[in-house]
Amino acid sequence: MLSNIGISLVILVLVLSFSTIYAASLDLKISNRFISENIYKLSLFQTTFTILSFFTLIIGFINSDFSLINVYENSHTTKPFFYKIAGAWGNHEGSLLLWVNILVIFSYLFLVFNHTHNKQFRLYTLIVQNILILGFLFFLLLNSNPFNSIYPIPPEGMGLNPILQDPALAIHPPLLYVGFVGCSIYFSAAIGSLLSNYDGKLFARSIKTWVKISWCFQTLGIIVGSIWAYYELGWGGFWFWDPVENASLLPWFAITALMHSLIVLEKRNTLYSWVIVLCLLTFILSVTGTFLVRSGILNSVHTFASDPSRGIYILVFLSLMIFSALIIFFSKNHNENYNFNLKSREIFILTNNWFMAFFLLTVLIGMLYPIFLDVLTNKKISVGPPFFNIVIIPLVVPFMFLMAIGPKFGWIKSKNKIFYKSLLLSLGAVAINLFIFYFFGKYSFLSNLIFTAAIFLILYSFLDIIDSINKRTKFEFPRAISHLGFGMLVFFIGINHQFSTEEDFNLKIGEVKKTTNYEINFEKIEIKESKNYKSVTGIFKLINLKNSSIQNLNPEIRIYSSPETLTYEAAIKTKITSDLYLTMSNVSRSDFYNIKFQKKPFMIWIWISAFIISLGGFVQLTLKKNED
Amino acid sequence: MLTKKVKNRILFLIFIFLLSVVTVFFIIKSLKNNILYFSSPTEIKKKEDIQFGKAMRVGGMVKKKSITINKKNIQFIVTDFENEILISYSGTVPNLFAEEKGVVAEGRLRDKNFFIADRILAKHDENYMPPEIKEIIEKNVK
Repeated sequence: MLSNIGISLVILVLVLSFSTIYAASLDLKISNRFISENIYKLSLFQTTFTILSFFTLIIGFINSDFSLINVYENSHTTKPFFYKIAGAWGNHEGSLLLWVNILVIFSYLFLVFNHTHNKQFRLYTLIVQNILILGFLFFLLLNSNPFNSIYPIPPEGMGLNPILQDPALAIHPPLLYVGFVGCSIYFSAAIGSLLSNYDGKLFARSIKTWVKISWCFQTLGIIVGSIWAYYELGWGGFWFWDPVENASLLPWFAITALMHSLIVLEKRNTLYSWVIVLCLLTFILSVTGTFLVRSGILNSVHTFASDPSRGIYILVFLSLMIFSALIIFFSKNHNENYNFNLKSREIFILTNNWFMAFFLLTVLIGMLYPIFLDVLTNKKISVGPPFFNIVIIPLVVPFMFLMAIGPKFGWIKSKNKIFYKSLLLSLGAVAINLFIFYFFGKYSFLSNLIFTAAIFLILYSFLDIIDSINKRTKFEFPRAISHLGFGMLVFFIGINHQFSTEEDFNLKIGEVKKTTNYEINFEKIEIKESKNYKSVTGIFKLINLKNSSIQNLNPEIRIYSSPETLTYEAAIKTKITSDLYLTMSNVSRSDFYNIKFQKKPFMIWIWISAFIISLGGFVQLTLKKNED
Repeated sequence: MLTKKVKNRILFLIFIFLLSVVTVFFIIKSLKNNILYFSSPTEIKKKEDIQFGKAMRVGGMVKKKSITINKKNIQFIVTDFENEILISYSGTVPNLFAEEKGVVAEGRLRDKNFFIADRILAKHDENYMPPEIKEIIEKNVK
């Protein structure tokens, strides 16, 4: 029943998509200023029906309607209500439907909110966006239909992987998807702008908001994923340079570069071609990331149920997308005059773009090299975190310095008035760094540079924030917040990396382990039954040897019944100054439990800093147009 | 003759080109130093020019009844059903680490029969097997 409703709704969306393209191409020939009412209606219907189809799937999950294969494979009657809903997008087919939803919703919103823009441009954008929608709809119907039915109806579902039954991971996909798929709209707009020879400045204005929205959501999505990895994977780290994480980082670099150069296009009406390239690149990288993850080509620590046939479809679709985009791009080549003064804001923004391109290239090479080597020589390799750290970290130093002073330069040409302030602040940064160095611990020369640069950026951005509040120059405010967040992020990651301690050992119940600062008492274990899992909780008492304060930590081993899986839940005590992190595992039912105990200073500040970065974006979205 | 503008542009392009060459060279060079080769126990046995200090990955199946645990570390034998290697590791193991399941260990070789792991990778999904291990097993078990 639900299966039929769902499929009919999806087909209806497909038909509406074709009609929109047809109606839009007819309307292109009519030379007036307004887009025909019918197109608005078609687009609105399309949005309504896609949302309805997604709700149909969610209802299937809530009612545990196992006549849908998708529900049968990914849900279970005993699963908590919240995860039943989250289950709708926690799998490949459901998430593809969410993907289509976002494509359609953005298509409609772009049409409605950009009513002041040129008609041709909007129509072309709508056509391109609908071609994308069609591509993904066909993929959904032919290869990954979430509404496929199963007969006879199984009495019970197979359940969702317990590791995914987590609040952070429940909201992670929707956030990331708004971020990734949101890029589609300016992919379409870029092609639309090329086809309609639209003015660069106006084009920049039309996509500005959309770029910011998707940037904010991408940033949030990445943070939430990283927080999840921190407490769920039990390694105590938050970023592993895992291929899946890298895949999410690639579009983020592109979009960050785009967000910056878009300002140049808007204010100075130059860099048009480069902005177009970035628009195309961002969405292409989003789809490529999805392709690599879903097809199983990337050998990742995370697993997605992978299926090569999906890969082939996405690959074909992706190549078509890239080739047609390139053909349009080169056939409509713009002649531009680049005339930049070295001491202008434009140059700094271009420098930012160079850094972003460099980071992007590094991550891309690190990610793809193993695949190429495997195909060419059949050698199995993986690229370890040291590669990314060695290549990226040294460059973060000049990057942060430029990031601090760049925004102080005016457009076109400016004078050296910021020299003394920069000198003063860099001296201050050096002093603070030396203070940390002497009083808290020694670290390498590179770390010294990183701390100094990070503190410099923090100080600079902080003064900028105060400045913008005093002078009521609101447009500087969000930028300064995000830059401050970035400085803090690097600073706290550095501190965390330098001063974290880790102890690995095995203990029997009742034993005590002494480390340099703590005495760890493994008192007992408690066995509990929960709704859909059994848990073994370790009761640990930690005595701080310095001030003899006592902490209780209770890591868990959970045994889920559907599907039968073991998970380890880390015990984390978060304080403003540090996290205590303890995981416990047990191998082949021996008396020994493996314990990993970590003390991670300022861990929570890493998340706070990352949230501040995205906060800047959200603040900017709330600013009114004329203040921007 | 080239005008000044064209000259500037050519210089700029050359500069960009050189910069990208240097960049790519730098990236590839650090890549070469930081790749982890994956080997099966058999490959380690056969290989003659092994660098013992270099980080690498070893994978295969955890041999039945081979896991021993003491206060400091866990030791277990990884087999590809032809050759075996002893792995020593301290720290928590991933939740899917178990006898007769696939495992990938990251660390350094002490000698040809002994490997010290810094990290144990096992996959989140019980039905999933790393492609490298699948290949080895398909080769050796027929």
